[in-house]
Amino acid sequence: MVGPLHYLFLGAVLFALGGVGVVVRRNALIVLMSIELMLNAVNLTFLTFSRFPLVKSAPTQAGFLSGHTAVFFVIAVAAAEAAVGLAIVIAVFRSRSSVNVDEFDTLKF
Amino acid sequence: MAETVLFWIFFAGVVGAGAQVVLRRNPIHAAMSLVACFFFLAGVYLLLSAHLIAILQVMVYAGAVMVLFVFVILLLNLKEEELGRERVTVWKGIGALAVAASVGLIVVLALRNAYSGPVRDLAVEQLPTGFGTVKAVGRALYLFSVLPFEVTSLLLTVAIVGSVVVAKGKI
Repeated sequence: MVGPLHYLFLGAVLFALGGVGVVVRRNALIVLMSIELMLNAVNLTFLTFSRFPLVKSAPTQAGFLSGHTAVFFVIAVAAAEAAVGLAIVIAVFRSRSSVNVDEFDTLKF
Repeated sequence: MAETVLFWIFFAGVVGAGAQVVLRRNPIHAAMSLVACFFFLAGVYLLLSAHLIAILQVMVYAGAVMVLFVFVILLLNLKEEELGRERVTVWKGIGALAVAASVGLIVVLALRNAYSGPVRDLAVEQLPTGFGTVKAVGRALYLFSVLPFEVTSLLLTVAIVGSVVVAKGKI
């Protein structure tokens, strides 16, 4: 039987994968994709807590499906973030001819 | 029973495709693996009775966002040598281990007591009627979070204009 802990475990594995991708990979595009993975892990956790509520009584009218509305906003923000992030990658590639984040070190002290 | 089988199929799909995103050297392979990962995740969302979110996942993420990624990869047209050598260094290993360990620690600490009592494990029939459907989620959006919903459209407009201004170079 699949319970809430299974879904939360999948979310944790996905979040760790995305985090490792952000830390390890040097290609800016793959770093952005790893961020998308982490956002999806958060979405999965929201939906799990919406499906298996922790409260003892039934959720109120306002609390009912509030996890789903949160996921809706996360998806909208993720789409905006991807658009702006990719535009920045294009702008940086135009001036540096590289997408390697190790070479973007102008602000490094 | 069918739920269990489907869950483990989707679990393997999500983790396998997600690992490909992190491990592949060529960004186009990573992007295609990410599309597959999003499709498997939409299946997991369906198991959680989140019908609208599953459709949005396929349309917005696997559709719109990933098309944007593929277009940018196409536009940059990276040569083999421009991809750079992905060197495996000690520091990267330490970083990966630190991330995995901290996520694992948080998960263990947070989940140890989360569902300690009797789990309110609702069968699909016990869920409120229309749970996760377009009608119910739409009602929740419009009745209880109208302002954030409208601000979302403003955010998307700002993002569109901003990305055009940033990517265009000379206006």
